[in-house]
Amino acid sequence: MPVITLTINDELVSGRRGESLLQVIREHGIELPTLCHMEGLSERGGCRLCIVEVEGSPRPLPACTTMAREGMVIRTHTERINRYRRMIAELLLAERNHYCAVCVSIGHCELQKVAADLGVDHVRYEYLSPKLGMDLSHERFGIDHNRCILCTRCVRVCEEVEGVRTWDVANRGVKSLIFADLDYRWGESVSCTSCGKCVQVCPTGALFTKGAVVGEMVKDPGMLTRILEGRDKKEWEG
Amino acid sequence: MTAGSGSKTGTRGSTVELIGSGRLRLATVWLGGCSGCHMSFLDLDERLVELAQVADMVFGPFVDVKEFPQGVDVTLVEGAVTNRTNLALAEKLRARSRTVVSLGDCAVTGNVTSMRNHLSVPDVLAPFSNSEDGTPLAMDYSAVPELLPQALPLHQVIAVDGYIPGCPPSPARIWAAIECLLRGEPVHLAADMLTFG
Repeated sequence: MPVITLTINDELVSGRRGESLLQVIREHGIELPTLCHMEGLSERGGCRLCIVEVEGSPRPLPACTTMAREGMVIRTHTERINRYRRMIAELLLAERNHYCAVCVSIGHCELQKVAADLGVDHVRYEYLSPKLGMDLSHERFGIDHNRCILCTRCVRVCEEVEGVRTWDVANRGVKSLIFADLDYRWGESVSCTSCGKCVQVCPTGALFTKGAVVGEMVKDPGMLTRILEGRDKKEWEG
Repeated sequence: MTAGSGSKTGTRGSTVELIGSGRLRLATVWLGGCSGCHMSFLDLDERLVELAQVADMVFGPFVDVKEFPQGVDVTLVEGAVTNRTNLALAEKLRARSRTVVSLGDCAVTGNVTSMRNHLSVPDVLAPFSNSEDGTPLAMDYSAVPELLPQALPLHQVIAVDGYIPGCPPSPARIWAAIECLLRGEPVHLAADMLTFG
């Protein structure tokens, strides 16, 4: 792949054509917060936490869905970007009912960590406190819409890795909901293979193994990489 | 640690002008919370002795004082604002305190106290105020403060100067915040001390 050069935070760096800005930035040891991005899944550009300043663009662009191009001038941590990232984390916390203290994923939650890393010590927006339910109809797993940030990792892993697409997004905007088989209860879904990949990639306590109580739901972030590597090496053939 | 002389406190070039004797006038307040944050405060253990050398506790569950006093330097507030008594006390403590700090998730986010917020107040109270089978009521609502429509984080009700997240915040977090306050600085906690929950 041809090498390209670009400027990140006043330093000249190189990347490969076809890489996203997020890949190039992280290859050079600069940390960017992400929630919807996951290694091994397609990019969505939904959470907007990885936004960066790109010279020539009046608005910030998400690094995960912006391709690195020759001569780009990027800034990753300007005052404006830092302010926006914190606002995004606060809005995510305000939108649904993330009562960390009583969540299955406390201590292992990516949203909890991202918010703390961004310096969120309180939320300046009104909490929407929506009335949302849980679906506990599946034999082994549960989904709690109160904790969902609509990153769609579950939707993508189900379609792109398991090859099923049980999950999809219903409705629009703030009313969006993850739903199974175009609105069946999860336990009644005919397409779900009960593989549990969606549970493992979920960044919060929205998808969990039944029986987990507060703080017990520890996700396995290496699961997806192992599956994809095994598939590449054809470990399950012959 | 020793108290600063005159009207200052702290050990590292404090900038806060203390009211009165030069000792920090410290209050703690228990609004709509479970008192777990106050338990965690007690878990400061031997650091309480250190604190007692530079601060006077002038109000709170640990002090036998009925009326929130005038001229308080720092007030740590546990709990969400969930009823009329909380609201009145929040406004009073704000008027009488130089610095107000939210102590713990209920004050900071509403937390467990606000889990009722998707219900109307009559729906919240219904299980306690209906007696279908003639058994005595579980609660006499005329004897307890009236609930507000929603349980709110403290900073949505009064101006708040600092935040100590956690359910409860660990004694290490509380002490780190108190050290900032004794130096006359705003509360600043490292990222690993900011997690909610």
